[in-house]
Amino acid sequence: MTTTTETLSTTTLLRFATAGSVDDGKSTLVGRLLHDSKSVLTDQLEAVERVSLGRGQEAPDLALLTDGLRAEREQGITIDVAYRYFATPRRRFILADTPGHVQYTRNMVTGASTAELAVVLVDARNGVVEQTRRHAAVAALLRVPHVVLAVNKMDLVEYAEPVFAAIAEEFTAYAATLGVPEITAIPISALAGDNVVEPSANMDWYGGPTVLEHLETVPVSHDLTACPARFPVQYVIRPQTAEHPDYRGYAGQIASGVLRVGEPVTVLPSGLTSTIAGIDALGESVDVAWAPQSVTVRLADDLDVSRGDLIAPSASVPPVTQDVLATVCHVADQPLTVGRRVLLKHTTRTVKAIVKDIPSRLTLDDLSQHPAPGQLVANDIGRVVVRTAEPLALDAYSDSRRTGSFLLIDPADGTTLAAGMAGESFAAVVTEAAPDDDAEWDF
Amino acid sequence: MTTATTLSEGTDNPYALSHLDSLESEAVHIFREVAGEFERPVILFSGGKDSILMLHLALKAFAPAPVPFTLLHVDTGHNFPEVLAYRDRTVAEHGLRLHVASVQEYIDAGKLRERPDGTRNPLQTVPLTEAIQQHRFDAVFGGGRRDEEKARAKERVFSLRDEFSQWDPRRQRPELWQLYNGRHAPGEHVRVFPISNWTELDVWQYIEREGIELPEIYFAHEREVFNRSGMWLTAGDWGGPKDGEHVETRTVRYRTVGDMSCTGAVDSDATTLTAVITEIAASRLTERGATRADDKMSEAAMEDRKREGYF
Repeated sequence: MTTTTETLSTTTLLRFATAGSVDDGKSTLVGRLLHDSKSVLTDQLEAVERVSLGRGQEAPDLALLTDGLRAEREQGITIDVAYRYFATPRRRFILADTPGHVQYTRNMVTGASTAELAVVLVDARNGVVEQTRRHAAVAALLRVPHVVLAVNKMDLVEYAEPVFAAIAEEFTAYAATLGVPEITAIPISALAGDNVVEPSANMDWYGGPTVLEHLETVPVSHDLTACPARFPVQYVIRPQTAEHPDYRGYAGQIASGVLRVGEPVTVLPSGLTSTIAGIDALGESVDVAWAPQSVTVRLADDLDVSRGDLIAPSASVPPVTQDVLATVCHVADQPLTVGRRVLLKHTTRTVKAIVKDIPSRLTLDDLSQHPAPGQLVANDIGRVVVRTAEPLALDAYSDSRRTGSFLLIDPADGTTLAAGMAGESFAAVVTEAAPDDDAEWDF
Repeated sequence: MTTATTLSEGTDNPYALSHLDSLESEAVHIFREVAGEFERPVILFSGGKDSILMLHLALKAFAPAPVPFTLLHVDTGHNFPEVLAYRDRTVAEHGLRLHVASVQEYIDAGKLRERPDGTRNPLQTVPLTEAIQQHRFDAVFGGGRRDEEKARAKERVFSLRDEFSQWDPRRQRPELWQLYNGRHAPGEHVRVFPISNWTELDVWQYIEREGIELPEIYFAHEREVFNRSGMWLTAGDWGGPKDGEHVETRTVRYRTVGDMSCTGAVDSDATTLTAVITEIAASRLTERGATRADDKMSEAAMEDRKREGYF
């Protein structure tokens, strides 16, 4: 490898997630990306070969690279999200490898929540199926900025352009109705290696990038800095030492936007105002800082500011509310019911809350709304109305993934119940299905 | 792989963060979350590069105030003297408080039995979990990285442990966005892994960028070693060499620093950080595969130890 330290330290980081059904070849694609980018090292490959041979398999089973738990290896399935790391000279990657089973919607939500790009796999022989629509819907719901449609197993359809074109067109039209901002369709064969890392010699008609090339060049973190600034206060730094007797800094990670020294700011929910007197970027004093940097902000006035408060430019403050309308993905085994008392964690603030209403549950297959389901169970996605005990400075999730997201937590045992996205969602505009479409939910 | 001569696309954007800045920012955020939400956090500190990195990040996260955490070292009794010296020097320099849990004391008291293979790494679990209970630590920072091992790839950043410190990989809380859930009942605690998303190469590049001092055994030096099961172990009172094992002097360095009985040295001429980074970038072996005997015991060795409470 000829990579120098210099090039490596200037590379950026892309977080992405993969989604695909069990037989779409997701493990093969992940294995191919890791293997062909030379991210699988000799001892790992030897371990895989040893176990594969021990089981009587002829070829090394690349899924063993990603199935890390005893139960996963025994059953040959992926149970939980795993994170993989690989690098090229141009960029470093964190891959959230999410299981494809229908019942594990929460795993894809987990993987997609931090992803800047999602790869949705489709089997070229089957085209866009229910599971494809579900994955596209989850990517849209979570506002993943970039979606790649990887049309896999092109070798099994004789690398035919019309097959790819038809699938790409159908998917793009569907995803556009969901509001997916950017879609890139790539014809591949993960097994044969076509268009994954190396361009395919079998598909001259395709002029676009390979999967890896696209991953290397897709822009990251643009939209974060274009949004209004949001700075949730994590911790107040007050040394009270001889050297720093009067230092009072608000530590946090900039959730979106850009902060500048001298800028007038408002602290929420109190509404107190001041200006930014200084920004310390981990030991270095700077004039400007941006998302997602962790910094310490000093204000010109002595205000009562503590963990859970939000600092925003006075010119652009988020609304403050105690009534949260949101889409949630229910991730716990116990159901979420109307009247349930919960904790709501939003940025650095955790408040008491009560579930006032569950107006609808989303059917991912056709994106129809089932009204008044009464409760949400594991992997359900639904609309909820939550009343909080204290006001929250809450953006719409469509404006900010960071300040529009929240968790619902069981106050009794701390279980994470649901992942919440504030505001309207694509699902809100879809017409409602007949109320009797799902007998299981009638009571 | 083709060598790119141009810079990455992202650097055209004035607001793009380098991958090291992104990882640093994320780790600092995690340290501050714990400081904001827990009563009695502690950093596991062994004097190895990952815990040194964690301490460096914690110092930056709270500057100019001191680090609001104490340190805990589980001393196996077979640690490298250079590393213990480094540990004590660092603790003194930053005015930190260090707790030490001693495997040797547990053996001397008859509460732990020496293993026939002489490896003390698995014996750390009991002193570690008892120290957590005794001091009522509610958040325990570990330098574990997901790239180290496939069971660790499944680990959450905030990982709830029951009153017996057990990890149940099938009952982990989903971890969404940057909203870490640290709720726990009395007696339970949360293991926190701020450098989960760092790779070995990231760690070394960051150490170079920040000019962080390391124990000298990370750099090539002459050492008396002997070969056991394909690994170069340091000769010493801890239990080697045995019959049939021969001591020789080789130029080596360490990629990981753990117990002398299970941490192997690698042949190396790398005497500077730049040389170390070049060596790692070219290596075809993972750090644990090259130098850790304890992970080779079985296919699920790490998962099994983690379930019992190992960090």
